[in-house]
Amino acid sequence: MSLDLFFQYLFAGITYGAIYAIVAIGFNIIYNATGIINFAQGEFVMLGGMISISLLRFMPLAYAIAAAVVITMAIGALIEILFIRWLESPSVLRMIIITIGISILLRELALHIWGESIRSLPYFYGNEVTTFALGSVHVSPQVLWVIVACAVMVSGLSVFFKGTPIGREMRACAANRTAALLCGINTRNMVTLSFMLSAGIGALAGCVMSPITYTQYDSGTSLAIKGFTVAILGGLGNSMAAVMAGILLGIIEAFSVSVVPLAFQDAIAITILLIILFVKPHGLFGSSAAARLKAF
Amino acid sequence: MQNRKILALGALCLLVVCIHLLTVITGSLFYLTQLTMAAYYGLVIIGLGTLMGYAGQISLGHAGFFAIGGYLAASLTTCNLVPFQGNWLLRGLDTFGLLTTAQNLAGEHVLTMEPWAACGCAVAAAALIALVIGIPVLKLKGHYLAMATLGFGTIIYRILLASPYFGEADGISEVPGFTLLPAMGTMGPIMISGDPAHRLVNYYLAWGVLILGMGLLLNLIGSRVGRALRSLHSSEEAAEAAGIDTARFKLHVFVLSAVYAAVAGVLLTHFNGGIGPSEASVMKSVRYVALVAVGGMTHLWGTLLMGVTLTFLSLRGVFGTYDDAVFGLILILVMLFAPEGILSLRLKWLIKTICSGVRS
Repeated sequence: MSLDLFFQYLFAGITYGAIYAIVAIGFNIIYNATGIINFAQGEFVMLGGMISISLLRFMPLAYAIAAAVVITMAIGALIEILFIRWLESPSVLRMIIITIGISILLRELALHIWGESIRSLPYFYGNEVTTFALGSVHVSPQVLWVIVACAVMVSGLSVFFKGTPIGREMRACAANRTAALLCGINTRNMVTLSFMLSAGIGALAGCVMSPITYTQYDSGTSLAIKGFTVAILGGLGNSMAAVMAGILLGIIEAFSVSVVPLAFQDAIAITILLIILFVKPHGLFGSSAAARLKAF
Repeated sequence: MQNRKILALGALCLLVVCIHLLTVITGSLFYLTQLTMAAYYGLVIIGLGTLMGYAGQISLGHAGFFAIGGYLAASLTTCNLVPFQGNWLLRGLDTFGLLTTAQNLAGEHVLTMEPWAACGCAVAAAALIALVIGIPVLKLKGHYLAMATLGFGTIIYRILLASPYFGEADGISEVPGFTLLPAMGTMGPIMISGDPAHRLVNYYLAWGVLILGMGLLLNLIGSRVGRALRSLHSSEEAAEAAGIDTARFKLHVFVLSAVYAAVAGVLLTHFNGGIGPSEASVMKSVRYVALVAVGGMTHLWGTLLMGVTLTFLSLRGVFGTYDDAVFGLILILVMLFAPEGILSLRLKWLIKTICSGVRS
């Protein structure tokens, strides 16, 4: 493998890794607030892409994306209020099945609204063939958009969680729900907020990745599996580690293309997921002692 | 308890006969085809029901086991072995009478594996894979278990979709019928195939297999093993403290339910004459979980009845293009309002109304 090819693969890996990391962060936010893995997380990404593509006919790109994020956030809040808010300490099995049901409903809804056709947003800058040279490597400007979006999101979230009162309340809720309740925090609203936040993050990811990966009604499922793989790889609930793990998975996938046929690419992520679940379920960067205290 | 079980199984047998007579009277014998298929899916569902309801372990990968059974049976009975005729392995198989010859549409001489042998191989392979996968997977709990089994199902789906040996996106077609008994005297051969001439026999065969499977599971649940499993569901720690080897019991039930799925896969593939990769898709696995949930997790009879009924309706195309959406909605509604299953809801409601009626 020549050095140029190496860097080309590396950039592809980082791009996809950033996308996976964003999906994983969406998983983590809801997990932290509720202890639930939201199996419909991938569908938020799909919805974000689809809605922004539809809105593009009526408004410029930036507004379409903003509107798509807001609409998906509203959908996320609606789902939480309708299906989850009023349940009294449901079992994990029940929550898994409910969120799977939600993901099926969203996917079928998308199928009936948008059909089976594959769509995409236009490139934010230039077109498919626009590249700029980074040394001897050619990189699409969209790659930069993805990486910048990921970086902005991660830093924005860390400011939100550390700096703002609502962010601190959410962290309190994540650390101990009962204690947070006793401190006068409305934990139910925090859960709704976490669904909105993770829906919005997913939608934004869906928008920035759409020009590269395209959007289809069923593109959520494989993204959800990869996002979950990344969330586990980094340690469930740890958003910073998710970024590292996401880029790691992206790079592994990108380089695996030169070894294994493309058709098996999805299988690689899942194999990594299975291995990490068997060997180190608390993640590469998590501590096993802390993991034992969490409820699964 | 024992008598009630036999009574219930007998009632089911009677119901099967009644449905047959009903279709004869109304002249709608064609319903039997979907009822046959629904019975095979029912076999998967009661197997999964035992795993979910009694051992308390979710599996989002059971379509994978179904597909392993179906695909192996299909490929072994259709793959032409003539080019390998000199191979020692084939000669060995031939001496045991495990190979069969036929002529294909082009009139060529084709050497394939006997359906009995293929069925044995397929089920054994599914059991072995379940054993190997089960040992690490069943150590996981909750979300991790769900995701790991989902991952397993997806890997099987991807492998089937990407390997030319399994026909990629087309699947395998022209699978021959499964001759259970050769033709004797005036009676034709008893075989599993989609041929309308065999429709009635197949209907009774499928339901016979389902009732047999149900009887075995009911026995298991009523036994010492069943009590151990139920204690496992309510509290794993308590079960362990009571001296139950939880890991071993979970594994055994996992393998058992995989075998049920594989047997159903083998038989349905012979009945349909083919199998496609959609049988292995995640949506199928989710559908099985949905059907178990609808019937009530710890209620095997409810699982059986609701599973077969809903599968039959879905196969008849009652839900149209909303098929998957209907199952998604059922899944959510049942889990929100009746986590014990629909039948339990009706029962409670009935008891309540009767009680209030008596009081007033």
